[in-house]
Amino acid sequence: MSENKKTKEREPMFSAKVLRLLKNPFNLENPITVQVLGICSALAVTVQMKPAIVMALSVTIVTAFSNLIISALRDTIPSRIRIIVQLVVVAALVIIVDQILKAYVYDVSKKLSVFVGLIITNCILMGRLEAYAMANKPWPSFVDGIGNGLGYGLILVIVAFFRELLGSGKIYGMRVIPQALYDSGYMDNGLMILPPMALITIGVIIWVQRSKTPELQEK
Amino acid sequence: MENLFNLFVRSIFIDNMIFAYFLGMCSYLAVSKTVKTSVGLGIAVTFVLLVTAPVNWLVDTYLLKPGALAWLSADLADLDLSYLSFMIFIAVIAAIVQLVEMVVEKFSPSLYNALGIFLPLIAVNCAILGVALFVQEREYTSIAEVTVYAGGSGIGWFLAIASLAAIREKITYSHIPKPLRGLGISFIITGLMAIAFMSFMGIKI
Repeated sequence: MSENKKTKEREPMFSAKVLRLLKNPFNLENPITVQVLGICSALAVTVQMKPAIVMALSVTIVTAFSNLIISALRDTIPSRIRIIVQLVVVAALVIIVDQILKAYVYDVSKKLSVFVGLIITNCILMGRLEAYAMANKPWPSFVDGIGNGLGYGLILVIVAFFRELLGSGKIYGMRVIPQALYDSGYMDNGLMILPPMALITIGVIIWVQRSKTPELQEK
Repeated sequence: MENLFNLFVRSIFIDNMIFAYFLGMCSYLAVSKTVKTSVGLGIAVTFVLLVTAPVNWLVDTYLLKPGALAWLSADLADLDLSYLSFMIFIAVIAAIVQLVEMVVEKFSPSLYNALGIFLPLIAVNCAILGVALFVQEREYTSIAEVTVYAGGSGIGWFLAIASLAAIREKITYSHIPKPLRGLGISFIITGLMAIAFMSFMGIKI
């Protein structure tokens, strides 16, 4: 069984289809800006870059492994109770991630607070499970999970970059706007720290992305 | 009684799920294209909240809290199962959502088709789990309080999605830069609405 699986995995590992699964979520099928999945956490954890990066990694790991597990189980799950099965798998993975974060990066885990728990209800997970893992083989599903997690992370990091830079004059916790500028009257924009500005920042990102790729534009 | 009424108003306007906590944004943005479907989803979410929040509160109070199992036998009095709360809450929510899905499919196939993938996604609507966790965190003491809070949060969510849908229906007649149409402008509208709702913050009832 395991040998059989290995040969199956090796063949598509470099195929164009799998590479596309990895690449598409960055632009054409981005989870946040195109599929509209996983917005809640994108708003709450993007005040600074460090929590944003930790969150992005956690989501990537959970998405990849839940895709893998559900895809491996997909033929045995009765469709009537699939949601419960999916959520139990996801919840178990999230509890593991939560415990790991508490053990190794306690301060970040404190900052993320309930949003680690809310990864369970991050729509990216359910969306990908429903739309991809339930109908595809484990390896492509795993890659799809990694791709979508990273695509989500990309937007998170971009939003966090601008919010941290304009809101508190720092990048990744380091001050980049020189003191001289503050002395001459520059002030941090306190509005950027508030959640509504995250929405508007994402709106602007969508604007930029869609003017670069016209096929995404809505009529 | 007065206390319950205050809680109700507060959960609709001041602690609005969308504009104050940004929970349940995914379906909020994706299903708000027309008023009709968004009203349907709003009702579904309110209903699911009204059922799940009291059930989860009962589960938390009588099974999970430290010492909650004391009613079963005195030996279990020092048991603390609260680390299981994520998993139990989400399982309860998923079961009830599945039930609602079956009922809607049977009695209103048109609504079922209109909601599409977003009906199962109510289970992962962060607002639902969010309310369960807020109830646990704020330690409401009676089931009446929990029900009122859940109902208020649901109505607040309903109002938010219905008003965004109404704005989006009107905005199709306006000149918006092409790349901003649809999703982009909805994000910006929601941002502006959230700034407006921030004026409710700090009001003490």
